[in-house]
Amino acid sequence: MSPKTQERLLYLISPIGLIALWQVLLMAGVGDRRFVPAPSDIAWRYWEMVASGELAKHTVVTLWRVFAGFFLGSIPGIAVGLLMAMFRPVRIFFDPLIASLFPIPKIALMPLLLLAFGFGDASKIALVVTAVFFPVVVNTYVGAANIEKIYWDVAKNYGASQWVVFRRIVFFGALPMIFAGLRISLAVSFIVLVAAEFVATKAGIGYLIWNSWELLQVDIMFVGIVTVGILGLIATVILQEIERKVIPWKAE
Amino acid sequence: MSVQRRGASVDIAGLRREYLSGQGSVVAIDHVDLKVAPGEFLCIVGPSGCGKSTLLRILAGLDKQTSGTITVDAAGWAVENAMVFQDSGLFPWMSVETNVRFGLDTRGVPRAEAAPRVEAALKLVGLTRFRNHYPHQLSGGMRQRSAIARAFVTDPGMLLMDEPFAALDAQNRVILQSELVRLWEQTGKTVIYVTHSIEEALLMGDRTVIMTAQPGRIKQIVDVPFPHPRDLLQLSASAEFGKLKLDIWRVLEEEVNRARAEMEK
Repeated sequence: MSPKTQERLLYLISPIGLIALWQVLLMAGVGDRRFVPAPSDIAWRYWEMVASGELAKHTVVTLWRVFAGFFLGSIPGIAVGLLMAMFRPVRIFFDPLIASLFPIPKIALMPLLLLAFGFGDASKIALVVTAVFFPVVVNTYVGAANIEKIYWDVAKNYGASQWVVFRRIVFFGALPMIFAGLRISLAVSFIVLVAAEFVATKAGIGYLIWNSWELLQVDIMFVGIVTVGILGLIATVILQEIERKVIPWKAE
Repeated sequence: MSVQRRGASVDIAGLRREYLSGQGSVVAIDHVDLKVAPGEFLCIVGPSGCGKSTLLRILAGLDKQTSGTITVDAAGWAVENAMVFQDSGLFPWMSVETNVRFGLDTRGVPRAEAAPRVEAALKLVGLTRFRNHYPHQLSGGMRQRSAIARAFVTDPGMLLMDEPFAALDAQNRVILQSELVRLWEQTGKTVIYVTHSIEEALLMGDRTVIMTAQPGRIKQIVDVPFPHPRDLLQLSASAEFGKLKLDIWRVLEEEVNRARAEMEK
């Protein structure tokens, strides 16, 4: 066996081993299967919910909220981050806002957002926007502010205008860090959204998890949790693929 | 063959650059008076910290003198100067071709007019085949060639070069030096070339300016007597070259020692 294959196997052993142990213990009668379902029970329930279309219904709602919030939060985040790096007054203006608003747990804003945007999708999307905005701003700013000095020198010596510097140098120079920010934000958007869906909504994976808890359908709860993990994984892989396409100069 | 010299002329008078630092000020260069003729290949050498890069950066418009004047006559040239940096300064996110075109894009040259100029510049440095590569896919020598093409394409009155080959390995350095001299012999453009290597200065330039350690002043200006076109390899092995190099080393040695004594004081 080559070292590479060994590593891959090792990579799989821990999750598979954990699931197997879990299954074996429950089958051996350790624990109450009504409260702690076995992996096989969850898989069975998962399959049922996929077949009935119920899981798809909740998934679509959650995905729509995540992606709407992700785009609406990250695009202004990128713009503000770049402007902060380019113009000192913009940085001075935004710095205290970011320093004070970033640490606030965004889920604490939920009641406020319900008040402002009502019980529909808008309040959930707004929550994701607030959660996504800050990591993207900070990463974009750091990326743009740390562009090597020589690129500014080249731009100046070759007669680049502010606009050219912004569009062709600061943006691209910051792009690797922008993507780092987007990756964090993507995970954060799932985290806050699922929590937000615990209240004041009748759809979404978060609702599914919370509702099944109240009805003590623990297997459905696990289906919801597993689904969030899978969605997060797929979304991250897609984002990484986009990153590879958009940043071809990043050496492998 | 004699080189047809055409390019910007420069007149530097009483140039001084002082930096304010934590405790007082540091004089980087002082009393620099220098005239550069159109089409001259001028090299500037000196110990590190002698302000030679500062002088070049002021000429490039990247720094400002504290006092003194610089008069550049670049009439008839599209741009006054173009700089080639030590670490190529190619934008990693642009292909070689886009990098070379950069100085034309910034000046609003239409694509149709830029295309043949970029083509010619790429050909000049032998990178036509690598036009779509990104800088990280090129060797150090090829990156510096691209940077030279990027400077040439703008049709500058003079080229400002800040130790452009210092980071290359010995073989590549010799190759690029020969190429640059050939380019200069073809174009006759004014070149101001900063280096810490006496050998490099004597191989390529018409005159070599030797600067003193901090504060940087002009210690001596040496006329380099070797005719063009030059075969750099042959020249570097000749007795006259060796003698001139030794003479200048003696001058510079004094400065290096003085700079070291200054630091150990």
